[in-house]
Amino acid sequence: MPVMTYLEAIKDGIRHEMRRDPNVFVIGEDVGGYGGAFKVTQGLIDEFGEDRVMDTPLAETGFVGAAIGAAYMGFRPVVEMQFIDFIACAFNQITNMAAKSHYRWGQQCPLVIRGPSGGGVSGGPYHSQSPESYFVHTAGLKVVMPATAADAKGLIIASIRDNNPVIYLEHKFLYRRVKDDVPGGEFVVPLGKARLAREGRHISVITWGAMVHTALDAAGQLEKDGVSLEIIDLRSLVPWDKEMVLASVKKTGKVIVLHEAPHTGGFGGEVSSYITEHAFSWLDGPVRRISALDTPAPYSPPLEQAYLPQAHDIVRVSRELAAF
Amino acid sequence: MAISKQEKKELYRLMALNRAIEERLTILYRQGKVVGGLYRSLGQEATSVGAAYALRDGDYIGAMIRNLGSLIVRGVKPREVMLQYMARKEGPTGGRDCNLHMGDMSRGIVACISMLGDLIPVMAGVGLALKKRNQRNVAMTFIGDGGASTGAFHEGLIMAAAMEVPLVLIVENNGYAYSTPTSKQFKTKDLLVRAQAYGIEAAQVDGNDIEAVVETARAGCEYARKTWKPYYIEAMTFRMKGHAEHDDASYVPKSLMDKWRVKDPIINYEKKLLKAKVLTQAEVDAIHKEIQSALDLEVDAALNSSFPDPAAVGDRVYA
Repeated sequence: MPVMTYLEAIKDGIRHEMRRDPNVFVIGEDVGGYGGAFKVTQGLIDEFGEDRVMDTPLAETGFVGAAIGAAYMGFRPVVEMQFIDFIACAFNQITNMAAKSHYRWGQQCPLVIRGPSGGGVSGGPYHSQSPESYFVHTAGLKVVMPATAADAKGLIIASIRDNNPVIYLEHKFLYRRVKDDVPGGEFVVPLGKARLAREGRHISVITWGAMVHTALDAAGQLEKDGVSLEIIDLRSLVPWDKEMVLASVKKTGKVIVLHEAPHTGGFGGEVSSYITEHAFSWLDGPVRRISALDTPAPYSPPLEQAYLPQAHDIVRVSRELAAF
Repeated sequence: MAISKQEKKELYRLMALNRAIEERLTILYRQGKVVGGLYRSLGQEATSVGAAYALRDGDYIGAMIRNLGSLIVRGVKPREVMLQYMARKEGPTGGRDCNLHMGDMSRGIVACISMLGDLIPVMAGVGLALKKRNQRNVAMTFIGDGGASTGAFHEGLIMAAAMEVPLVLIVENNGYAYSTPTSKQFKTKDLLVRAQAYGIEAAQVDGNDIEAVVETARAGCEYARKTWKPYYIEAMTFRMKGHAEHDDASYVPKSLMDKWRVKDPIINYEKKLLKAKVLTQAEVDAIHKEIQSALDLEVDAALNSSFPDPAAVGDRVYA
C-alpha cells in the first residue's frame, strides 16, 4: 500500500474522481498552474487542462454560486477555499442556496467545498478557524473532517460522489505532518461511519480532525498512570456515527468530547447532549468538553497554545474523570 | 427578427394573463388563502414577459419574485402558481417554499432565494455548464435596482465576464427598493454603467414597451449564444404597487405614480394593437374572457386541493 501525506491523499482522491467522472471539476483561487496555496491541486491542470481546473477571481460568493449553478446542471464541482476562513464570504450561497435546494424544489446539488481549516501554525484570526458548527447547524449540508491520510482520500471520494453539498474541512496542520498507508485507486470511506482510533477501557474520547492526534498523544501519557483512553474519530459530523459513540460510552461510562473549535455552540455540545439523552444510565461521571476558548484564534504562539486544546488539558481532565 | 402579428397577439395575452393571475392572488391574499407575502409585478409585466419571450428551447431562466410573467412564458401553469401561493401539497414545492420560489430543471427553471443577487452567480454557473457542454443556449436572470447593490450582483457579473459565459441579466430599474428610491441607492445616472465597468456588452430599454423589450432581449440572447459572453439589459420601468401587498407604497409621491400610470404596458399595448388593427376590440374582449374563465377553474381547483401532510415535514432534506 502506498504511503502518502494527508495532502497527497486528498489530491489522489480528487484525481481519481476526475479520471472516473468527466463531470468533476476543480474551481477556486490559484488552483490551476500555481496548484493552490498549499499545493493540494498541484499538477491536476497538467492532466485535466484549465477547463477542469479553473482559476477564479477573488469572489467567493461568485465562484461558489457558479459551482452551484453547474451542480444543478449535473456537474460535480470541487471548490477550493484558499483558507477555510474565507468560506464566510460565501456563507449565503452555501447555507441558503445550496443547502436548501433539495428540500425546497427537489433539486440536488452535488458540490464539495473544501479547504484548509484549523490552527497550530500561527495563522492568526483569519487563517486558523474551525468553522464546522456554522454548517452543522444548517439542514441540507454534510460536514466532513478527516484525521488520517487514508480517510482524507476515502472521504473526499465519498464527498464528491455524494448528491448533496458537502463541506470538507481538511486540517492544514496535518497536510505534511500526517503520513500513512493509503490504498491506491478506488477507495471510499462512507460518510457517517466513525473510526476507532484507539481502543481503551476507561474513558471514551469523542473527537475529530487534528484533535484525534492530540488525543492519541494524551492517551500515551496516561497509559503509564493506568488510565486507558478509547478514542473515536467521528470523521464526519453530518451525518455522525451515534451507534459507535453510544457503544463506546456504554463500555467505558466516562466521556470527553474534544474539539478544536471554540466552546460555546460547538458540536461537542450536541454530542454531549445526545449522550446524556440516550446513555444517561450508563454514565459514571459528567460528560466533559474540551475545546478552544471562546475567543478569536490568536496569532502569537503562546496565545495560540493557550487558545487551542493541548494534550495536557486532556491528561488533566482524564485524571479528574478517572477519579470521579 | 421582426415580431410577427401572431407573436404580438400572444405577447398581449401573456401580459394580460400575468396581471390577471396577480389580481386573483390579491383577492386570495385578502381572503387569507394566500398565507405568505404577495409580490406584484403591476406595471412591470412587459419586462418579465418580453425578456423571457426571447428564450428558446434549451435556454434556462432564473426568475425573481416579480417575474411571474417570465415563468408563464416558460411554461409554468396558473394552477402551479395558485397551489404554490396557497401552500398546497400538489404545488411545485409541496408547500415547502413560497411565492415564486419554484424551480424545475427539466423545464430550464432555476428557483430563486430571498437574498437578492445570489441567483446571478448561480446562473453564470448554469451558463458555464452550457459552455462546457458546447450547448448554444443562454442562462437568463433578473435583478432589481435594489438587488443591484448586493455583493452577489457584482461578483456574479465579475464571474460571468471572467469565465465568458452566456448569462443574460435583466436589470429591472423600477424606481424603488422597498421604500428606498434609487436616488438614495446610487449616484450614477443609471445602472448601465455597472455593466460597462466589467466590460460586459449592455443596452438600455424602455421596460414598459413590450416589443422593445423582446427585440433587445433577442439581440442580447443572440449575442450570448454566439460569443459565450454575458449580456446586460437595463429595463426602465416602475413598480406600481408596494414592495408586497401589505405595503401601500404611501412613500411614493403621487405625481410619480401618475407619471408612470399613463405608461401602463398593457393598456398602451392594447391601444397600439387596436390602432394597428393587429387586434379587434372583440378579440381583446375574448382574450380577457377566456383568461377569466380559465382562472375561475384554476382557483377552484387550487382551493379544493390538500395541504401537505405534516408527517412529510422532514422529507427531502437530503438527496
